[in-house]
Amino acid sequence: MSAQLSTPDDAPVATRFLPARTFWGRALRHRSFVLGGALSLLVVASALLSLVWTPWPPAEIDIASKLQPPSAAHWLGTDSFGRDIVSLLLAGARSTILVGIIAVSIGLSFGVCLGLIASAKRGWTEEIIMRFSDFTFAFPAVLSAIMLAAVAGPGMVTSIIAIGIFQIPTLTRLTRGSANAIWAREFVLAARASGKGAFRITVEHVLPNILSILIVQATIQFALAILAEAALSYLGLGTQPPQPSWGRMLNDAQTLLFQSPTLAVYPGAAIAIAVLGLNLLGDGLRDLLDPRLARER
Amino acid sequence: MADPATMPLIEVDNLGVRLNTSRGPAQAVRDVSFALKRGETLGLVGESGCGKSVTALSLMGLLPDSAIVTGSVRLDGRQLARLPDADYCKLRGNRISMIFQEPMTALNPMHTIGHQVAEPLRRHKKYSAAQARREAIALLDRVGLPDPARRVDAYPHQFSGGQRQRVTIAMALACEPDLLIADEPTTALDVTIQGQILDLIADLVEERGMSMILISHDLGVIAENVQRMMVMYGGTVVESGPTDEVFRRMGHPYTQGLFRARPKLGARKGTRLKTISGTVPELADLPMGCTFADRCPLVIDECRTALPPMVDVGPGHVVRCIRTDVSMAANVGALPA
Amino acid sequence: MSVFVLRRVLTLLATLVGASVIIFLVLDALPGNAAQMLMGADASADAVRALTVKLGLDQPLAVRYLQWIKGLLVGDLGNSYVYGTPVASLIAERLVLTIPLAIMSMLITVVLALSAGIYTAANHNKLGDVGVMSLTQIGIALPNFWFAILLVLLFAVRLQWLSAGGFAGWDDGIWPGIKSLLLPSISLAVVQAAILARVTRSAVLEVLREDFVRTARAKGLGRREVLWSHVLRNAMIPVMTVMGLQFANLLAGTIVIENVFYLPGLGRLIFQSIANRDLIVVRNCVMLLAAMVVIVNFVVDVLYAFIDPRIKVHDL
Repeated sequence: MSAQLSTPDDAPVATRFLPARTFWGRALRHRSFVLGGALSLLVVASALLSLVWTPWPPAEIDIASKLQPPSAAHWLGTDSFGRDIVSLLLAGARSTILVGIIAVSIGLSFGVCLGLIASAKRGWTEEIIMRFSDFTFAFPAVLSAIMLAAVAGPGMVTSIIAIGIFQIPTLTRLTRGSANAIWAREFVLAARASGKGAFRITVEHVLPNILSILIVQATIQFALAILAEAALSYLGLGTQPPQPSWGRMLNDAQTLLFQSPTLAVYPGAAIAIAVLGLNLLGDGLRDLLDPRLARER
Repeated sequence: MADPATMPLIEVDNLGVRLNTSRGPAQAVRDVSFALKRGETLGLVGESGCGKSVTALSLMGLLPDSAIVTGSVRLDGRQLARLPDADYCKLRGNRISMIFQEPMTALNPMHTIGHQVAEPLRRHKKYSAAQARREAIALLDRVGLPDPARRVDAYPHQFSGGQRQRVTIAMALACEPDLLIADEPTTALDVTIQGQILDLIADLVEERGMSMILISHDLGVIAENVQRMMVMYGGTVVESGPTDEVFRRMGHPYTQGLFRARPKLGARKGTRLKTISGTVPELADLPMGCTFADRCPLVIDECRTALPPMVDVGPGHVVRCIRTDVSMAANVGALPA
Repeated sequence: MSVFVLRRVLTLLATLVGASVIIFLVLDALPGNAAQMLMGADASADAVRALTVKLGLDQPLAVRYLQWIKGLLVGDLGNSYVYGTPVASLIAERLVLTIPLAIMSMLITVVLALSAGIYTAANHNKLGDVGVMSLTQIGIALPNFWFAILLVLLFAVRLQWLSAGGFAGWDDGIWPGIKSLLLPSISLAVVQAAILARVTRSAVLEVLREDFVRTARAKGLGRREVLWSHVLRNAMIPVMTVMGLQFANLLAGTIVIENVFYLPGLGRLIFQSIANRDLIVVRNCVMLLAAMVVIVNFVVDVLYAFIDPRIKVHDL
């Protein structure tokens, strides 16, 4: 009858023992969170696994066994240098996650600080920071990477810095917007009235209150970073051989599109799974951490 | 067929509305019946969440798709309940109009007020743009908007709340409807403006011979503006009758509670405002018997067994209570006999 | 209104100046001597010095910057270090491809996104909504260059309807050109459209909840009429903001996609120039792309004022 009367028996077996009120209780009932979490875990697990074990050494070139179809020895076959596709995919997850984490950390540390400062100081400081973030918007990751590559040469560091810079303005704007909303609330007014300074208010009241929004956005930014890393490696501006990377694999595969088209399918699917997983995870977290943000679903 | 002069304009019989709420399905309105003749005015009073607005929206056919409407709503004898939306569109804004509570958000910020007032005219009366604009200016003039010929091209954000409510009134009246539904038309306005807007509505109702259903949580507004009134609680009508009759002899403990709970001018400083204890029941979770039982000072076991029937207590005055003998002995009312 | 536009124009100019300084510093000052880079480490000091003077690199930094800006204003971008031909004409040759590509993809994006977004919002929580939204979730996750490769696999390798790459040019009329840009622009558009469709859907749903929608219905307008005459214009503001921001992604995307399809556009020019160490070409190309992004976003901001009557008083 009423919602209250529905018994725990209706819940799936796996979640029956978790009360719906706890975070994990709700999380495990949330479809996109579960699916996104599973896909993201898959990618992380692949990266971790590749540190200790891969079916073949990922960088080992064996021209004699090049372009082999899937077999018991090479589950997804080999590429034009005879490298094992499964091993390359597993090791590629490592580069992807490494670049993603560092780039998002750069974006978060600069973006959040700038946003918090803009929100706390207002006036000219805010104006300058926001104009600065406006024009950083004019440099998508590929453009910054091109500039850096033209000067310092391509490589993983180039791509990390370029992607990091590209993350900053989005996070600055989001932080400032959410922080401004917190600054307008009564409890901040009360804190100001009791003589607390802007720094203490930011640390004690503003940051904790926008943390969930930032966590959600960081997940989404991670997905964007993976896409950018893949594009840069594909263009040859990012991760360099022999370091395996999914974007690089796609570039190699493209030259062989007519001979072995399937080579182009796996790395792209890996990228898509990683990005889809993180996006779903972000959506799920948004629903779970802040119901006010999730009116749409 | 009955004589059109005496036949009711709108006749609601045993109306019920089931809504899907976030807490599960809820019987938001049940067993609501009334009839209204041309030129008559009816007030609906009750706390928020008692089903007043749902009743009004079901008359307008504007409930969400998932809502299930039972019973009958007849306009000049024609069945409106469960009418297809395309047919309802021909009536809305044409024969039945509605004024909403929030003038600040009820107008589209992107269109000029002239455009918005002219819209029903263009749609229902097929006026040309120029004709509709002339008529819109005349309407805006009638509702007391200053300098309408110039301000017809202004946007909603350029007006005050009271002025915007005048615009929505002009919009509702554009096609000279037979029935006007005013849902808390003054609640969102400054106290000083409220009286002006209510007077304007009363004048227009009188002038055009419309029927009106006025919805309010404020007994004072109801007392001064309508001929008959219905008190709603928990999705159903608990008391109904001619306004002065109900105010003279309040029959339902809930009506009495509402009356006692209103703030009085000139009350001695420090007097506590009387309140009704408890809270409005969740519509998703209504009790079996009288919906007011949990808050009623006169409750007995019998009240909880079944929804009480309507009891006649005076000319046209009915009360949904089995304890009227006790409740009416207290003789609560504003107008002594 | 005029105050609003004036403010935005000033911001635009400041942004352009800022971007040009950054680009100049990174691509001219930071690398040190471009002549040395061009000639390699083992070139003789005299030869390097001669080239330095020839390229005008012996001038002070500020002078070179001002010369570049002066040139930008009159359309003289200097000469390529490698080819010796004017950079302006090198870029112009490539823009004939890149600009139609960007416009085509933006058009496809907007058409796909608005129809999907409005359809799903109008059918909120019905089967069509859930289906299309799942598709967009997948669309967002696709790397555009991989999607491009898949399109090539399907349409060029398997079905052999279209060529796998290359550009037919505009000399034989419009159709051959458009045909060779079809797959590239679709692969750019689909991913962008997935994002924009979601934005459109939530913007429309947001507006559908507004009181004035109920008012319009109470006037006797049907659902469809309310959607077209009252909802869409209100929903367009967030949609246009995202469209402006997407334009930057789209330009960046053309660089990648031109590589997938071997299209001789701006993106390929940049890559050749990086390989050739032709920094003056890179610098001007990057400046051009950055300027396009900034100007498009400026136009979007000004368009708000035409769409939303409230902006005149709000004065952003």
